[in-house]
Amino acid sequence: MLEALRNFADTYLMWHEGPLIWGSDALILLTVIGIVAVLTYFKKWGWLWREWLTTVDHKKIGIMYMIAALLMLFRGGVDAELMRTQLAFPGNHFLDAEHYNQIFTTHGTIMILFMAMPFIFALFNIVVPLQIGARDVAFPFLNAVSFWLFFFGALLFNISFVFGGSPDAGWVSYPPLSELEFDPGPGENYYLLGIQISGIGSIATGINFLATILKMRAPGMTLMRMPLFTWSVLAASIMIIFAFPALTVALALLLLDRIAGTHFFTMLHGGNPTMFVNLFWIWGHPEVYIVVLPAFGAFSEIVATFSRKRIFGYGSMVSSLMLISIISYFVWVHHFFTMGAGPDVNTFFAIASMAVAIPTGVKVFNWLFTMFQGRIRLSLPMLWAIAFVPCFAIGGATGVMLAVAPADYQYHNSYFLIAHFHQTLIGGVVFGMLAGMYYWWPKMFGFKLDERLGRWAFWFFNAGFYVCFMPQYALGFMGMQRRMYVYPADLGWGPLNLVSTIGAYLMGIGFLFIVAQVVYSIRHGERDLTGDPWDGRTLEWSLPSPVPHYNFAAIPTVTDRDMWWVLKNEGRTEDLQPKSADLKPIHMPKNSGAPFLIGVSFFVAGFGFVFNWWLPAVAGLCGVAACLAWRSFQYDDEYSVPVEEVMATEISLGRL
Amino acid sequence: MAVIERELTQPAQHPERESPSHHESGHLPPEYRDHHQSVRIFGFWLFLATDMLLFACLFATYLVLKTHTDGGPAARDLFDVPGFSAETLILLTSSFTGGLATLAMRRGHQKQVLGWLVATMALGLCFLGLEVKEFATDVSAGATMQRSAFLSAFFTLVGTHGAHVSYGILWMFMVLLQVARRGITAVTARKVFIVNLYWHFLDVVWVFIFTVVYLFGVVM
Repeated sequence: MLEALRNFADTYLMWHEGPLIWGSDALILLTVIGIVAVLTYFKKWGWLWREWLTTVDHKKIGIMYMIAALLMLFRGGVDAELMRTQLAFPGNHFLDAEHYNQIFTTHGTIMILFMAMPFIFALFNIVVPLQIGARDVAFPFLNAVSFWLFFFGALLFNISFVFGGSPDAGWVSYPPLSELEFDPGPGENYYLLGIQISGIGSIATGINFLATILKMRAPGMTLMRMPLFTWSVLAASIMIIFAFPALTVALALLLLDRIAGTHFFTMLHGGNPTMFVNLFWIWGHPEVYIVVLPAFGAFSEIVATFSRKRIFGYGSMVSSLMLISIISYFVWVHHFFTMGAGPDVNTFFAIASMAVAIPTGVKVFNWLFTMFQGRIRLSLPMLWAIAFVPCFAIGGATGVMLAVAPADYQYHNSYFLIAHFHQTLIGGVVFGMLAGMYYWWPKMFGFKLDERLGRWAFWFFNAGFYVCFMPQYALGFMGMQRRMYVYPADLGWGPLNLVSTIGAYLMGIGFLFIVAQVVYSIRHGERDLTGDPWDGRTLEWSLPSPVPHYNFAAIPTVTDRDMWWVLKNEGRTEDLQPKSADLKPIHMPKNSGAPFLIGVSFFVAGFGFVFNWWLPAVAGLCGVAACLAWRSFQYDDEYSVPVEEVMATEISLGRL
Repeated sequence: MAVIERELTQPAQHPERESPSHHESGHLPPEYRDHHQSVRIFGFWLFLATDMLLFACLFATYLVLKTHTDGGPAARDLFDVPGFSAETLILLTSSFTGGLATLAMRRGHQKQVLGWLVATMALGLCFLGLEVKEFATDVSAGATMQRSAFLSAFFTLVGTHGAHVSYGILWMFMVLLQVARRGITAVTARKVFIVNLYWHFLDVVWVFIFTVVYLFGVVM
């Protein structure tokens, strides 16, 4: 009995690996006990279930996405700090090779799929229906399903750390390294299933928001009157729809190789590993634009608002968004120029990759021209937007350098590349999402985040960023390759690595300031009583903060781009106030526990597949099928908010 | 808003589409009359786009790997012309009967809808039976999906289609129950329409499998 327990602890809980695992176990246990105790003590279980776990309200789903994204930013950030600590000195052995492999794998995967994706989805959810004058997304139930698939996919991926072992074949998970033969153990299965489950949710989100934007706009909101953030979501949704199926297939086939013994990507029996690489990057390159375009959209809103000017070149902004989304499908081979596809193929993809810089440059100049002669306020969202411009410009320029295929044979997989893509992904996506978070935070919660702490966070994060990544360009030129966990002293990489590590810690301090800022602002943040704290331009700022659950008491009729700004200038803001005579009962979707249960079922099934335990795998899939069947027979999924309730709410908000 | 959209997207008069059931709410077929339902149909088209791309990736994988037989059985040795021809005929016929179900739904004939759906499901089951038999024959001849990359790709592509067909039959059965219980309403009309859209889509995918996998496999 004792022997069996020890065996279990060593095989699945990895207790033989030492304090890192023990510490994590203890922390997770304490957190779970803490959450359970708090919920029980304050009798909040019912509240949690009714208000959050079963909600189909796009605003609440958006908030849950954002909380998850911030938690994952923390986890991925800790991974980054561990890696930088290991690399700070030559010949360092803070981590061993195996742990280092696991940590760079989880860092990359988490940051792209479980931080950047939920962060953009958070803004999709919170902003889009409000900007287009809708009461919810096109498919609210599906929206909740998407969230719970993401959540349980991320959970499945994260528990690998304390149950069975983390994946360790890099975030790209190339075969044959990631095949069973070279990478036994459950880690890679966790990777494949965690991403697969959340990926299904992402596809559904893409469908949902494309349908929402094309079919749910308020009367008068023509496509060319849509706010640019909504345009960026439209572009990103199209890309999700066209890119994610390739990832689904890549992951499914590799999983078949690992659990069914097929030979898609093996070295034996005719398998072709490069096929995985192609499929992965057919998704992977559009994916980086999927996460960066919504950031561009957020910057467009913020720059216009804080310069108090209409955005410069709206039409070219729209066309550049759409152009980027099209070109993004013709660049994937630039991730593996060195694979030897031949000069003709490499030339095509090199030119296409450089061409991306053109529409992106158009956008950067449009933001600059919008600021030109504007009355600029340097509030937090604007600070991050301004910091984004030089950061992304350098990242873009080094991107064009990398796109030169012959030169790429030198840069490939070096720290030059690492510095480049961190500059575009942090400078573009993270700055953009933080700017968006600061900008729309009052709309979500009804208070602003503290400006002073925010500035500390901003300067630490920004200064830290350059201290961390500028040395890495040089290290790349000096020959340092990515994913190496230890290097000898005589190569002379030590000093620059130490500087880079210091930068990473500065960024970590910046993140802690953001945490402090959120905690501080919950009590002391400036309350937003008007619903329009930034003197905004688009429809969401015509609503009170936080927004009532039905969004618009009466659906507005849109007559202009920047509708709210125009009305304010013409002194006609009461046009958007509801009139009691116009109020009608509002049909809203009912809450449902099924999306949560679908997520749980997928989690159980995924867990079963990870360990080839067929009972939970089949049980989980049956659970999914049962939920879907139940949903098929559910007819009574809407309710009506009576006029009196709408009236009472609007009166209490001072709008009637 | 729904009304505005209808006016924008629909021409004023369509004499040839006039039929008794169309009189009361304009000129749209029943599945499109309610705005909610028409948005769901649009969303389903988007889903079909993602599903099509999923199959496109599987086709690409198959085409890359189809010569990678590792000395094992090749397409020419495996494919049974009468077998896959029968599968094709049966599935194409089932698409036709599915289409008749949609037409009956538009005319408001509940019993006919049920009848055609049953016919479609029966044909779908026959197709599945033949496919299972084909796979079983292959496997018993040693052509398993673990044998070579070609066979991995073949079984995965054709099997994914087969899994879609199985799912479609279960789904169609649930729609059938709802039509039987509730008659033809805005919601059930949309469901009959969508499940048949899905069924036609699977038929289109099969036409490509028939051509790219089976015909090319036997001929080339």
